[in-house]
Amino acid sequence: MKFKVLYYVNQFFGQVGGEDKAGMAPEFKEEAVGPAMGFNGLLQGEGEVIGTIICGDNFFNENKEEALEFIMNIIKEKQPDIVVAGPAFNAGRYGMACAGVAKAVVDELNIPVVSGMYEENPGVEACKSKAIVVKTADSAAGMREALPVMANITKKLVKGEELGLPEEEGYIPQGKRLTVFAEKRGSQRAVEMLLARLNGGEFKTELPMPEFDKVDPAPAIKDLSKATIALVTSGGIVPNGNPDRIQSASAQKWGKYDVSQRDALTGEYYTIHGGYDPVYANEIPDRVVPLDVLKEFEKEGVIGKVYDYFYTTTGTGTSVANATKFGTEIGKELKEAGVDGVILTST
Amino acid sequence: MVKEIERYGIPIVHMATITTISESVGANRIVPTIAIPHPVGNPDLSKEEEYTLRKKLTERALKALSTEIEEATHF
Repeated sequence: MKFKVLYYVNQFFGQVGGEDKAGMAPEFKEEAVGPAMGFNGLLQGEGEVIGTIICGDNFFNENKEEALEFIMNIIKEKQPDIVVAGPAFNAGRYGMACAGVAKAVVDELNIPVVSGMYEENPGVEACKSKAIVVKTADSAAGMREALPVMANITKKLVKGEELGLPEEEGYIPQGKRLTVFAEKRGSQRAVEMLLARLNGGEFKTELPMPEFDKVDPAPAIKDLSKATIALVTSGGIVPNGNPDRIQSASAQKWGKYDVSQRDALTGEYYTIHGGYDPVYANEIPDRVVPLDVLKEFEKEGVIGKVYDYFYTTTGTGTSVANATKFGTEIGKELKEAGVDGVILTST
Repeated sequence: MVKEIERYGIPIVHMATITTISESVGANRIVPTIAIPHPVGNPDLSKEEEYTLRKKLTERALKALSTEIEEATHF
């Protein structure tokens, strides 16, 4: 008998539509849709995709409980042997949705879940300990590489075969430690590593240290009425015409714009962000960067001053390395300008 | 970006809808917002109501900036 796979995709891969459909409530189709079709073929008759759940990325993230209730009911009804979600590549909202489904399915139904994501997708951290997350490229161009790896792992999991190490199988390490037999004892392996290091040779640690890079909360503002507050956004709000040509995805730079003479952004600003429906932000960009309200607070004396410039970039698909660089550069300017506090909005 | 700006010792508040991402990127002061395409707005409301909503959210952000915290906190 063929094993049963239930597939989860977003509105885009579910072939419903782009950002304009990101608010769609989940739907179930009793067929393989989008990547589920290719995936089905890769199961080579051993298993079968019995249906596809399609949900808008915004809907899932904004109405998680409602979305999950629908999705979990379908899964309970269809009783698949395994659930496959994505791959989400570097799409953050899609990754968080796949992670949300994965966590609920594993925790509540004890059904295994396979997904696929780019390493920097926030969904990875959110579910890698529960689901098997295949390491993918950062865009859908990596679909053809991702699906066979996901299909292979799916088959192994359903058959109860033991998965190999993450780098052998192509998934992101789950942070689990397993007992394995080594040919050489620990002291010898350690000395060999040390010698390799001293000789400038290559060596591989057996216990990578987790990175805990936390920044302690900065002290609070003592007196708001004397404070200068700056606005920063990853929502891609720029002056009409995008004079600095900030990218609409995978940003390579940020911009700063003088708002000292303005009461609101509305009128001369719009969004170039490629990761959300721009209709609402284009109509009233203050819906993303609340300059209008902050200026009123300045007039009323609630705050001392709105900093003359606001800073902006696009958050979608932007690498952690670039985001770190932008933050360091923007922070330096704000520090030198004597800014007392920052409001950063994200879409 | 939030973390790197805070590294300079400037308090920063993250206003975002997917607050699980705020937490995972290391934001300490977090204000949950309305929706992804309009975090501090709601096109379903009248202009006045929407402005009041934005005012409330921004007030919350200012409160976050002026509140001492020890760990990641939602406002």
